[in-house]
Amino acid sequence: MAPESTSPLRRLLATREASVVGALIVTVIAASFWIEGFATGRNTGFLILDIAAIALIALPMTLIVITGEIDLSVASTLGLTSAVMGQLWVMGLPLETIVPLCVVLGAVLGAVNGLLVTVAGLPSLAVTIGTMALYRGLAYVVLGDRAVADFPFSWTGGATARIGETQIPWVVLLVIGLAVVFGVVLHATPVGRALYAIGNNDEAARFSGISVRMTKLWLFVASGAVSAVAGVFWTLQYSSARADNAAGLELSVVAAVLLGGVSIFGGSGALAGVIGGVLLLGTIRNALQLADVSSDTLSIVTGLLLVISVVAPNVVTRLKERRRATAPPPDRAAADSSPSSSPTVPAPSKR
Amino acid sequence: MAQQPPPVPPPLALVDAAKSFGSVKALQGVSLTLRAGEIHALCGENGAGKSTLVKMIAGVHQPDEGRIEVDGEPAVFARPADAQRAGVAVIYQEPTLFPDLSVAENIFMGRQPLARGRRIDKAAMHAASDALFARLGVRIDPARPAKGLSIADQQLIEIAKALSLQARVLVMDEPTAALSGVEVERLFTVARSLRDSGSAILFISHRFDEVFSLCDRVTVMRDGRYISTDPIGELTVDAVVRKMVGRDIAALFPKQDTEPGDTVLEVRGLTRAGVFSDVDLTVRAGEIVALAGLVGAGRSEVMRAVFGVDRYDSGTVSVNGRALPKASPAAAMAAGVALVPEDRRQQGLVMELSVERNATLTRRWPLSRFGLLRSSAEEGTAREWAERLQVKAGRLTDAVSTLSGGNQQKVVLAKWLATGPKVLIVDEPTRGIDVGTKSEVHRLLSELAGQGLAVVMVSSELPEVLGMADRVLVMHEGRISAELSRDEATEESVMYAATGQRGEAA
Repeated sequence: MAPESTSPLRRLLATREASVVGALIVTVIAASFWIEGFATGRNTGFLILDIAAIALIALPMTLIVITGEIDLSVASTLGLTSAVMGQLWVMGLPLETIVPLCVVLGAVLGAVNGLLVTVAGLPSLAVTIGTMALYRGLAYVVLGDRAVADFPFSWTGGATARIGETQIPWVVLLVIGLAVVFGVVLHATPVGRALYAIGNNDEAARFSGISVRMTKLWLFVASGAVSAVAGVFWTLQYSSARADNAAGLELSVVAAVLLGGVSIFGGSGALAGVIGGVLLLGTIRNALQLADVSSDTLSIVTGLLLVISVVAPNVVTRLKERRRATAPPPDRAAADSSPSSSPTVPAPSKR
Repeated sequence: MAQQPPPVPPPLALVDAAKSFGSVKALQGVSLTLRAGEIHALCGENGAGKSTLVKMIAGVHQPDEGRIEVDGEPAVFARPADAQRAGVAVIYQEPTLFPDLSVAENIFMGRQPLARGRRIDKAAMHAASDALFARLGVRIDPARPAKGLSIADQQLIEIAKALSLQARVLVMDEPTAALSGVEVERLFTVARSLRDSGSAILFISHRFDEVFSLCDRVTVMRDGRYISTDPIGELTVDAVVRKMVGRDIAALFPKQDTEPGDTVLEVRGLTRAGVFSDVDLTVRAGEIVALAGLVGAGRSEVMRAVFGVDRYDSGTVSVNGRALPKASPAAAMAAGVALVPEDRRQQGLVMELSVERNATLTRRWPLSRFGLLRSSAEEGTAREWAERLQVKAGRLTDAVSTLSGGNQQKVVLAKWLATGPKVLIVDEPTRGIDVGTKSEVHRLLSELAGQGLAVVMVSSELPEVLGMADRVLVMHEGRISAELSRDEATEESVMYAATGQRGEAA
């Protein structure tokens, strides 16, 4: 038995979440040193606005990926919501009515995904690639190539408004609020326990009385609704309802979730890690933008991070296995994948 | 045993073979000689080691001790290809063909005859297939896809493939389990003609009528050990059954006598097309009812339908007089039904999660307040049950996969006993666990029944059935073929009912 690795602090430091936070800190320090204009309040405000949509959508995505599914239609849901919002505004509805309608629309779009996955029993990868194209196409049907940009300033200004005298936009509060909700659901409720069970072994989950289908259906509904909220925010933030809003954003969301330590095979990961992943991805992109790196390069970096975050855990496990195979006593099986996002350290066992 | 050594060395022999998996001894000191021109039957209960033996002959497993001999010379089958080269072919119960490829392509997979330019010579391949089928005396179109062929035809294709590989030793592992009467006859005709042309055949079946009509010699195994080999003429069905089950059952923990209470679980006319039909079952409080039968008789399927993980077509399941909705494990749990499933690793536990998470997986809602789980309650429950069942685990936060099989089974029992069930269904509760834990599980089940729990126990182990059960229901091919009281249940009576041989004894 590797003797010292059992102290609670060491175990906490060995988690994926800790390494993400570590990478984030290193990135922030390095960027502050070398990139002019990075460590300013203004830039921090922009950075937060930039990653708000990714952060919002990453919350339900985390839960979905933990159950072993995926939702690639989120950016198209955002785009369709934005197009519908623009069209309804042109038709003269008040925003007080439009916004709730958009959120309901998002939930319905998510329910379509969920029903295709649970009732028809299709793989979510295939279903949501299909609806990714479908919803984006519908967005063009609704709004065509037009852009609706005449939203009242009281709303658009509100979307980018800062808290008091600081440079921090109020949307941070929305993100934090939802993150707390999703974090609590995932880590401290019966539903959250069920999600990890489903992601690791859905048959055993079913044999434990967990309704696998209903659980997954509601996750897709949540994903659609939150994507719609992100769509409303996006439209107001840029004061522009367009059918191609946020095209390709699903890749950034998935990259952030995987970077945050959620296993693409389901069953493990923690919400804190994903928040770290979103911040890390956003910081890297923001720093590169400030350094005048082209958008092609940004795309390459996002892609590389995605690949690395999927490959790295496998390489690490391989290395561990090899080391264990050569070391004399084969002790415990791979470090347990149970979540440990909350700082509460497991009480030392008596025996 | 063998008085006169046969003039020709046998094409395949197993000498004193032993094989262990971890601490489980699957085979010990097993010898088997397959002679050319002979059909040899292998009989034994579920778990007697027949499959392990077949896998050894097929080169899937290697013996820990003892050896394999080919034509009297020691041989090593390090992989299936070695066995194939030595002329051994295995026909499994469910053939594994490539469904979208043609019959001929399946037979000559990887060895297709080539024409000029390295193209596959279809004409030659089809002609060769026709010739093989002619030898077997059957007609199958070599050009048609394997998809859609009956299991019987698929087996014949496997046999044709074996012939094309010049196989001299043919192992048939329960080939008739999925065949109709006519198909069985056709398979037997083929088997006899192969024997007459000098092949050695090993035939495994649970059906005694088939063994007696087809085979020349019979080897019986029990508990991974070799028991006997006799010419068929010197045996009767009774004698074979006795050899298969003859075992000391006094060593097992006997159930305490209890006064059965009211009916708790009542199943009426439960039917699922093609799987089980018209199953009636009543279990009273304080009673242990065993469901015996051969593997594949439909016992686990019935229990899964009762618990709601599987659907059923008709019939009713009620607990304490109230009908349960179909296909809802949550409703079954709410009514007080618990199922400890057959496959511990796949169905009973989430292997990657911790002991604590597994033990409390069924108690997530009761352990929460205002929808939030209290980690102290989770830990307390897990600790309490781990102590009550004496689960040996390092930490409760260790992944359950790090535990031994017996301790894993205790965790499954813990997660269900924690729900305070009225009906406990246990499916093969002691399969693959060590002897010590086995008797602990038996004592626990007995105690639980004593406290008024209604227990249904699916078991393929006769001593367990006879030692534990107040009543024994026997299933055969999806139906209840016998209901035996504790006094009526003997090894022979259960075995007869399980093999559909009712009344042929006496």
